[in-house]
Amino acid sequence: MTFIYYLTVFILASFVGYYVVSKVTPALHSPLMSVTNAISSVIIIGGILASGFASNSSTWGLVANDGILASGSVLTSSIWGFIAVVLTAINIVGGFVITQRMLAMFSTNKKNKE
Amino acid sequence: MYAYLYLISAILFILSLRGLSSAKSSQIGNMLGMFGMGIAIITTICLPSVMTYKFIIIGLALGGVVGYLIAKRVNMTDLPQLIAAFHSLVGLAAVCVALSAFYNPGSFGIFNLIPKVSLVEMSLGAAIGAITLAGSIVAFGKLSGFIKGKTLLFKFQHKLNLIIGIVLVLLIILFIKSQSETIFITTIIFSVILGFFLIMPIGGADMPVIVSMLNSYSGWAAAGIGLTIQNDLLIITGALVGTSGAILSHIMCKGMNRSLINVMIGGLGESATIETTFETGGPKSHIGNVKLCSPEDAAFIIKNAETVVIVPGYGMAVSQAQHVIKQITDICKADGIKTRFAIHPVAGRMPGHMNVLLAEANIDYDDVLEIDEINHDFANTDVAIVVGANDITNPAAKNDPTSPIYGMPILDVEKARTVLFVKRSLGSGYAGIDNSLFYKSNTMMILGDAKTVSENILRAMKE
Repeated sequence: MTFIYYLTVFILASFVGYYVVSKVTPALHSPLMSVTNAISSVIIIGGILASGFASNSSTWGLVANDGILASGSVLTSSIWGFIAVVLTAINIVGGFVITQRMLAMFSTNKKNKE
Repeated sequence: MYAYLYLISAILFILSLRGLSSAKSSQIGNMLGMFGMGIAIITTICLPSVMTYKFIIIGLALGGVVGYLIAKRVNMTDLPQLIAAFHSLVGLAAVCVALSAFYNPGSFGIFNLIPKVSLVEMSLGAAIGAITLAGSIVAFGKLSGFIKGKTLLFKFQHKLNLIIGIVLVLLIILFIKSQSETIFITTIIFSVILGFFLIMPIGGADMPVIVSMLNSYSGWAAAGIGLTIQNDLLIITGALVGTSGAILSHIMCKGMNRSLINVMIGGLGESATIETTFETGGPKSHIGNVKLCSPEDAAFIIKNAETVVIVPGYGMAVSQAQHVIKQITDICKADGIKTRFAIHPVAGRMPGHMNVLLAEANIDYDDVLEIDEINHDFANTDVAIVVGANDITNPAAKNDPTSPIYGMPILDVEKARTVLFVKRSLGSGYAGIDNSLFYKSNTMMILGDAKTVSENILRAMKE
């Protein structure tokens, strides 16, 4: 049942994306790419969850009892998570800053005119 | 509670894209996007399962500083490369998160065996991420000139790609059955190879399509990861970015009258044959008919015009001529000459490339028109100046059914009374197709680097 729920969210969001992005003016297609790049880095959520996980935490005690998981794989998981956090942080900050720089150029034009 | 905060983030992301519908609202939009991201990050850090903060804080600080410095220092001319590089990071991050979910599903609240559906999503997310990673690195290399822009295409490439693709599907099926670490890593490696081979044969002029396609892939990868770790925000954002990139690819393809598949299969292979037929026959004989013109003559012609339309292309971007061109338009405006810019959707190396460069030079965006807004006006234009563009003005797209670009919408510069063509040489454009516009009686060619030529015209106009 949960899968159909997430699939619904995914498909409806795709429609929202279609209608919203269709309205974007062609002049701003470059900033559109850099801002979507920044927001797709919300994948950082995964990185944070993985790198912030502590195997001995009581809240998630279930895991410690689970035979499948050796502590080694928890560490491996955290390391990948950490790398993901670094990469997405570059993207988030870099993406928003470069978008801001581009948009600022478009708006100074307007001010000059007024 | 956190689900509500994620919902707010998702809404803010949608509004940030909505903001781009006009230049006025765009900056507010970007702010909303930043807010949304801030909420998403803080909410995640506050989740009960996040117990250690050391890695997170180091990672955020390190990445944040690097990202800030890159974005602040990068030259606007290097924007297409930068965007390609950023896409590769999203791809790699998706692979990393898929790996962490594989090694420790517990950190994402999956305690028992990972459900089969999640395995499908996980391997898809990782595979698309890896393709995005490799493809974007190749695109980055091509855009920044590390990899030669000319196509690399060997005989069995399409078959090879097909085989890699089939192997990839089989690997994913095997992985879902076995949940084996080796197979998962092999899947990722094969995806990297596929990404590399997919983008390697695609040449410069098709870059706008490729950059937007990779943009789309980075979104689908994020959505795949979101489905794996069952996070609504990631799914929504991934879907938004995925559709956004898909729409951009579609617009770019339409701008070239080609299908995405045609671009991917490397239509440039065909144009190579076209080039050879030209060499043996036709246009060489025309070359004597080309009228060359000095920058001084060009300045004279411009000064005597009433309406001028400038058509910029990749050549302007490479030589960074936009600032000099802005000065030329300033003189024109002072003399009461109506000057405007005509932008073809695929001019340059990424969607909206020309618009950003013109904005950088402080050119009023009301004077910058899209193809549909300006095309009917060329007939009433005294002088059309083509700066470093070629294929997007080639009348063969209309008249010559055998031309590989036949059917592509072009800017009708030929209809202008005089066409000034600023170009480095008489060679053909990226698509390797001869441009009959060069030989028309109303066309004057000014050979040279776009910036040098523009500077000379500017000097002559000031005298």
